[in-house]
Amino acid sequence: MAGAYVNNHLRTLRAEHGWSQQDLAERLEVSRQSVNAIETGRYDPSLPLAFKIAELFGCAIEDIFVSPSKA
Amino acid sequence: MRLQPEMKRYTRRLLVTMTLYAVALIGANMWFRHAPPSGPLAYLVAILPALPIMGVFVVIGRLLVEMRDEYVRMLLVRQSLIATGFALSVSTAWGFLEGFGLVEHTQGYWTTVLWFAGFGLGGCINAFTEWRART
Repeated sequence: MAGAYVNNHLRTLRAEHGWSQQDLAERLEVSRQSVNAIETGRYDPSLPLAFKIAELFGCAIEDIFVSPSKA
Repeated sequence: MRLQPEMKRYTRRLLVTMTLYAVALIGANMWFRHAPPSGPLAYLVAILPALPIMGVFVVIGRLLVEMRDEYVRMLLVRQSLIATGFALSVSTAWGFLEGFGLVEHTQGYWTTVLWFAGFGLGGCINAFTEWRART
């Protein structure tokens, strides 16, 4: 979305794994729409979903999501 | 697209409540036309068609509780808030117009009709914002 600030590295991480948005959505048990909203910075996931994303990529939450205070 | 289990349940429950509504509406109309009830029974029969409509709100509430996808749930909450804001705004404006004698009196159940219209409007707004995000 034009003007939306992307506060995470999810798209990069997903690309590194060679996954499509649909692949990631299935692994996270959410819709592709949700993955797209998170990737484009339109939606901040809940803490449980953020943990799930971090665990899937084997890294810490702060390695994926940028702290608002550091943005 | 594969339909999520909670959406399947929502669709099934909605079909049941809408079928009950049709039966209750036709039944109540026929009852009042052919053998008008009186006393407390009249109130009970008159309110029968409203019960499945109340059920629709419960069905939507259940969907909100059961929906596992938090982003889609947020969209549904936004859609419901748009519906509520729309219905209450138009009803309030109509109430004042009616109070000043500028429009005819309207039955209160039109607020529900407005809510469903607002729910459709909210769906269109959600679809538009999703479309804009992709372009």
